Amino acid sequence: MKSNLINMVLSLGVITIVAAAALAGVYSITEQPIAQAKAQKQKDAIGLVLPGVQYDNNPAEEAAEVTVDGETVKLFPAMAGGKLAGAAVESHDNNGFSGLITVMYGFDAEGNITGYAVMQHAETPGLGSKMGEWFCDPAHTIVGMNAANNNLTVSKDGGDVDAITAATISSRAFLRALTLANQAYEQFAARQ
Amino acid sequence: MNDKLRILFNGIIAENPTFVLMLGMCPTLGTTGSAINGMSMGLATMAVLICSNVVISMIKNFVPSKVRIPAYIVVIAAFVSVLQLVMEAYVPSLYATLGIFIPLIVVNCIVLGRAESFASRNGVFDSALDGIGIGLGFTVALTLLGAVRELLGTGKIFDATIYPEQYGSLVFVLAPGAFIALGLLIALFTKLRAAK
Repeated sequence: MKSNLINMVLSLGVITIVAAAALAGVYSITEQPIAQAKAQKQKDAIGLVLPGVQYDNNPAEEAAEVTVDGETVKLFPAMAGGKLAGAAVESHDNNGFSGLITVMYGFDAEGNITGYAVMQHAETPGLGSKMGEWFCDPAHTIVGMNAANNNLTVSKDGGDVDAITAATISSRAFLRALTLANQAYEQFAARQ
Repeated sequence: MNDKLRILFNGIIAENPTFVLMLGMCPTLGTTGSAINGMSMGLATMAVLICSNVVISMIKNFVPSKVRIPAYIVVIAAFVSVLQLVMEAYVPSLYATLGIFIPLIVVNCIVLGRAESFASRNGVFDSALDGIGIGLGFTVALTLLGAVRELLGTGKIFDATIYPEQYGSLVFVLAPGAFIALGLLIALFTKLRAAK
């Protein structure tokens, strides 16, 4: 088809308007399922990191933001009979081997670690990406440790945690995020 | 009928986008860390390819030739955005794994290449067949590459263990192994094609 100004403007105009309308339609249909999927993921993670902690509220709905040393983390308090029974803390560290990692940690009322779930990471497959299983493997687990009794750094740095084989940088990032979560939890618990 | 079959199989063997045309290398290398990821990426690209081929063959007579590329890109980008929203809503875990590679289907040269070289010159039905053929060729290639890398790297295929993980060589899951495995597969494919 021969091009002139009018038919070029018209055809591109019509195509973009139709495309925009189609996108708007799909967006309005998928908006709710997307929000639900995100909320479900968060809820699943909270349940996963707080095994054995009895609570009667919905932690996802009572989220609080806690700032420690300029870093803000999201904290989901688990309450039993109006008292703090534990919390899931969504913490992060920017210095993983490939940048940001986001991990949800669970703590009980005494500050013992009850579990964790890796929410987001870009660590090397087969090395740093093992953090999802490594730290809950009975051979080198962090579950049950408590910042009051344990030094939560890798054994190479004089701590009590075995780093992932060949992924010390990822392990350090994981433990920095854990320390941040723990501090946030202590700060939150002190306010209660 | 034979013509239609030829169009369909053209994309899988004679003009396989990965092994023969060698287009779309970025998602090919980036997403094939495992067989399932490769296959998902191939299927996502195929969905966009079929839709964009059909629409472009329908509008080809109304688009002035000087603005055909921007017009095609808008069509392709619209389908990719739709796919992205749908995947985020209904298969969030897969969406999280493929991440940035889904929006990047927009600039995948296979999609624009088929629009320009096939859909803009052929009818709607033929264009749909071409989309299916090329899409299948891409999916097969990515699944194969993913399976090889997963097997050599972790001892699994589609997460089913073939041999213990500690005997795998991690390099195949990482970027250098992608190049090595792809090169060997291309060599094998070329040899098999020449032998016919």
